[in-house]
Amino acid sequence: MTPVVDVRGLRKVYPLDGGEDVVALRGVDLTIDPGEFVAVMGPSGSGKSTFMHIVGFLDRATAGTYRFSGSDVSGLGGDQLADLRSRALGFVFQAYNLLARTTAVENVELPMIYAGVPAAERRRAAMDALDAVGLSKYAEHQPNQLSGGQQQRVAIARSIVNRPHLILADEPTGALDSASSEDVMALFQRLNRERGMTVMLVTHEADVAAHAKRLVTFRDGNIVSDAPVAPANAAVLV
Amino acid sequence: MISMMQTLKLALTALVRNKSRSLLTMLGVVIGVAAVIVTVAIGTGAKSSVADQINGLGSNLIVVIPGSVQTTGAKSGSGGASTLTAQDGMAIAQLPGVAAVSPAVNIRTQLVANGQNWQTTVTGVAPSYGYVRSWPVVEGRFFTQAETDDTAKVAVLGQTVVQQLFPNVDPVGQNVLVKGIPFTVIGTLSGKGQSSAGQDQDDTVLIPYTSALQRLTGGTTVSELMVSAVDGAHIGSAQTEITALLEQRHRTVAGQPDDFSVRNLADIAQAASATASILGLLLAAVAAVSLLVGGIGIMNIMLVSVTERTREIGLRVALGARAAAILRQFLIEAVVLSTGGGAIGVILGVVGAAAIAFFAHWPATVPIAAVFLALAFSAAVGVFFGYWPARKAAALDPIRALRFE
Repeated sequence: MTPVVDVRGLRKVYPLDGGEDVVALRGVDLTIDPGEFVAVMGPSGSGKSTFMHIVGFLDRATAGTYRFSGSDVSGLGGDQLADLRSRALGFVFQAYNLLARTTAVENVELPMIYAGVPAAERRRAAMDALDAVGLSKYAEHQPNQLSGGQQQRVAIARSIVNRPHLILADEPTGALDSASSEDVMALFQRLNRERGMTVMLVTHEADVAAHAKRLVTFRDGNIVSDAPVAPANAAVLV
Repeated sequence: MISMMQTLKLALTALVRNKSRSLLTMLGVVIGVAAVIVTVAIGTGAKSSVADQINGLGSNLIVVIPGSVQTTGAKSGSGGASTLTAQDGMAIAQLPGVAAVSPAVNIRTQLVANGQNWQTTVTGVAPSYGYVRSWPVVEGRFFTQAETDDTAKVAVLGQTVVQQLFPNVDPVGQNVLVKGIPFTVIGTLSGKGQSSAGQDQDDTVLIPYTSALQRLTGGTTVSELMVSAVDGAHIGSAQTEITALLEQRHRTVAGQPDDFSVRNLADIAQAASATASILGLLLAAVAAVSLLVGGIGIMNIMLVSVTERTREIGLRVALGARAAAILRQFLIEAVVLSTGGGAIGVILGVVGAAAIAFFAHWPATVPIAAVFLALAFSAAVGVFFGYWPARKAAALDPIRALRFE
């Protein structure tokens, strides 16, 4: 099985003017196979966000190789990375990042617009995605008419609408109360289990990370642990 | 890849989402373009009314007037000498560069007719006068060569005289007493309005110049000779020919000043239309400045909009928008704003010009070229002033943009 993400010796250095360079990643190796649900944890400054940005084609590594679904993406240009983002990745953010004064279904359609999907096809796929997150009734609602949990579910619908190889979730529960967090995490689990969606989740909350199947911990730019989440714990939550 | 059509839709959606701001941004261009259209209309109207006045003087008109005379040291002004005759006019008519000549004998006198009276200038002219002055008859007819040869007592009235003497009667066929001599009205002239000097040109009566000389002045000299050159290009050469001919006929001694002077109205016409052009240019420049200010307004708002929508831009990039797609969207937003403002401005400008024409009686006409130019220019303003903000948007780092508060 070709891994979705396969990074070897990934380094990221931020040059600083007149001072020492900041090394965010010090040679990270990681493989994520299709169907995995990986939680990435670590304190601030551990390099987990930098890692997610590189995996999400929003940033480039200073050194190392990155193979995405079998092809080397290290040398790709900005437009090719943009196209990969539109076709093969789904993003979920802490702040939802839905367009204001735009209906839920139009928000979900947005990635398909940049992927060049025809309008009728877009609407159908967007309605399917909203259905998958249980919000088809709210298709014509605007973000300010939805609760935080509902907004994040619309954002999740937006992330899955292009059937991406990988969903990247950056602190998706950071702005939610515990009940909504539970809903959102249960949704990720369901999408992973029922649709075989590959999910990589960045968080600093242990109980959120516990919903994943595998836990990767970063510290000082290195992976310090990489282990399956205890099955007993996972079973309780499922 | 995202199509152009789709980008246009995204841009329009973004503008509609911020209706009031979009409209306010457009306002600058609206006012600028409306100002351009109105001022161009006023300038064009001024030019055409100057051109009308100049054409109203006559077709390719050259005027020959008597020169100054000197009696015991005192010089009379131009026209003081009584040296021009109708025979001079006939000789001039034979010149190759000349199409027609009419003498003019001006007599200031009191008219009596129809129980009314009116002081005006009676002018003795030839039948060619109507052609030379581009002045048609609206009712009745002009007098003929035969009537001129017969010193007939016939008259053609200007509109002001018609109003004064025949306010309620058809003047044609009526008699007018000129210095006690009855003249029969055979026609009336079309209204010509004021001359460029502000004189009422319609306050006139035309009679055959032969009648004027024999029955009214008893002399042989005329006040002036009105000459029509064959076309505009021959005015200069016709002037030279006339000067040479009259110097020969009047036996002017070489070195002595001529006893006549030949004037052509092309110079006056040129000066007048140049003034009108400068006026138009000045107005257009002021209007262009206001359009420029409108463009800067668009740039300002677009820059604010890029900052305000930083997260949105970061999101679009994360969702797969290429930098070019972001640039295009913002550029199109700017162009839609400026062109939309331009279109509204054109409509307001045309309405404004019509209002000026209606209320101020100024012949403000909007040239079609100005409409297209204003639209093209406002689109260019959008591209020019939208490019910088759009590039700023496209160059945003998506990671920072997504974290932007």
